[in-house]
Amino acid sequence: MKIHEYQAKDLLAAAGAAIPRGIVASNVTEVLAAFDQMGGPVVLKAQVHAGGRGKGRFKDSGVDFGGVKFVTKREDLTKIAEVMFKYPLVTKQTDAEGQKVSKVLVQSAADIAREIYVAVVLDRELGVPILMACAEGGVDIEEVAAHTPEKILKVAISPETGLLSFQARRLAFELGFTGDQVGQAEKIMMALSKVFLDKDCSLAEINPLVVTPKGEVIVLDAKITFDDNALFRHPDIEKLRDETEENPAELRAAKSGLSFISLTGNIGCLVNGAGLAMSTMDIIKYHGGQPANFLDVGGGANKDQVTEALRILLGDTRVKAVLINIFGGIMKCDTIAGAVIAAFKEVKPTVPFVVRLEGTNVAEGRKMLTESGLNLTPATDLTDAAKKVVAAAGQ
Amino acid sequence: MSILVDKNTRVVVQGMGKAGLFHSQQCRDYGTTIVGGISPGKGGTAKDGFPQFNSVYEAVQKTGCNASMVFVPPAGAADAIMEAADAGISIIIAITEGIPVLDMSRAVRYLQGKPNCRLVGPNCPGVITPGQCKIGIMPGHIHKAGPIGVVSRSGTLTYEAVWQLSNLGLGQSTCVGIGGDPVNGTNFIDVLKLFQADPQTEAILMAGEIGGNAEENAAAYIKQYVTKPVAAFIAGQTAPPGKRMGHAGAIISGGSGAASDKIAALKAAGILVAESPADLGVTLKKAMGR
Repeated sequence: MKIHEYQAKDLLAAAGAAIPRGIVASNVTEVLAAFDQMGGPVVLKAQVHAGGRGKGRFKDSGVDFGGVKFVTKREDLTKIAEVMFKYPLVTKQTDAEGQKVSKVLVQSAADIAREIYVAVVLDRELGVPILMACAEGGVDIEEVAAHTPEKILKVAISPETGLLSFQARRLAFELGFTGDQVGQAEKIMMALSKVFLDKDCSLAEINPLVVTPKGEVIVLDAKITFDDNALFRHPDIEKLRDETEENPAELRAAKSGLSFISLTGNIGCLVNGAGLAMSTMDIIKYHGGQPANFLDVGGGANKDQVTEALRILLGDTRVKAVLINIFGGIMKCDTIAGAVIAAFKEVKPTVPFVVRLEGTNVAEGRKMLTESGLNLTPATDLTDAAKKVVAAAGQ
Repeated sequence: MSILVDKNTRVVVQGMGKAGLFHSQQCRDYGTTIVGGISPGKGGTAKDGFPQFNSVYEAVQKTGCNASMVFVPPAGAADAIMEAADAGISIIIAITEGIPVLDMSRAVRYLQGKPNCRLVGPNCPGVITPGQCKIGIMPGHIHKAGPIGVVSRSGTLTYEAVWQLSNLGLGQSTCVGIGGDPVNGTNFIDVLKLFQADPQTEAILMAGEIGGNAEENAAAYIKQYVTKPVAAFIAGQTAPPGKRMGHAGAIISGGSGAASDKIAALKAAGILVAESPADLGVTLKKAMGR
């Protein structure tokens, strides 16, 4: 689960990190009030989950600024804030429609002497979180990792003890902090690690961490994502969820216990198991088609879930054909056939369906589908299924 | 021979709720020796003929079990894994999906202090040595005993692989689902090492997927240490970056984990990679013919 920048900063501040003064505004009036309260130059920061806000643009607005805008004069505020609240922000991480902005962080503008990158992420090979840092902040860390990996410093964090002070201090020295900045940087790194461990994060990133000309070390921008599997023990974090930021179909699927991801093709997929679901997308592409989605109905899908899955699939008007691919293991083929038939009668799809069933009780399952009289094209194996559905979608 | 589990394996089940009980029955029907289940507070009772124990320690003392199958729900699963390790269980197979990553991080570190204990999973279909022992949720009947070792991060994709192999007359020595989570107990290299040393295993089929670098590391290991023929498949060639594809570990992030990188690494190590998931079996057959 993702949260907004202002929420991430609040969590870090509560753990002891220094953040710039800022006020969250939900409309133009609040933006003006925040400016007055802050009494000086501010940065307006559109709160969307997607990255690349600064370089993004507000769709159809006709203005040439992005989601992060420096404003010195009060009289310029209204026009800028109006655009931010009115037009969706399109960045390299959003789709072409962009993301509607409902909150703007009005942050007191900081002068920057230096920018640094710091983050805590899981290191899959070590099986523990690591603190990673780069003396050049404000950068695309993936680019740095790909081209100059030696510039990235890493420290393993023991999940039992958390980041230790000496580890943070050593890293601060390696990043070139001097004087009392070392202590300030150490405090921020400790806070970052604490939030990561206490709140079950999957990413806690400060980019950039800045040093002001006066020598203050502060969190200028922050991004936190959480381990969805641990949200059950963090009701406070669950409350930070912004559903308007999530894909409606994906959100709806999640509520029914389905794992669904929207893609851009025209062939809907309904599969059991994540690996087989990915493989089904792959084989559709291999035979010249384009999958419209990833959908894993899980190991124990029932009629209600299959019905909901078909509704979600068919709710996408780009879908021209659907492939159902089930390898019945513990989920028996006759059970899934019954669920498909019941779902069909309820949803009444008009696009062609190709069904491939294999595994436990396959004969009974196939017989049920044939006898149902529904417009389902049976397939004998994966290749046959993929070829048939690609042909059906192309018609 | 086989790896990890065989006809002498004695299994206790942690988490005999509805799903745990059902799969315990399925495993027993397959021929696996299930000594009972763990139901704290209900020790001394029985469920469908399975004696219940208050702790894994008690089950080990009373039955001499050496394996455990974990169905405990996510919130308590890591504790269950550590309990089994502490009780002296030598192979723990964790089926549970949805365990918090940091819980697994702590559990795996705890197990590092137990060198005679191996964890497989979590979030995996389990381990089966056809005709001898099934610990997990895979459909037993699609498997055949034979010379092929199968290792995979996925459940149903493994069934697909096994199905294709069995249809080609290629039986399996042992099939190991290592699971779809980012932090797990056993990785590809651990299993490859066991298959390389197992006299029954003549060739290895490996099914990977997007996320992490486990396949790249396996490719390097195979090039250096594995002399048996290996064929591979990587799921998720069409997966977009930054999206978690069902499995917690199946995500392309931070510029790593893409299928194309994994396929390139495997090919560079001289491993045959199936282009289509329908060709898992035939690709392995081709690898054996080289």
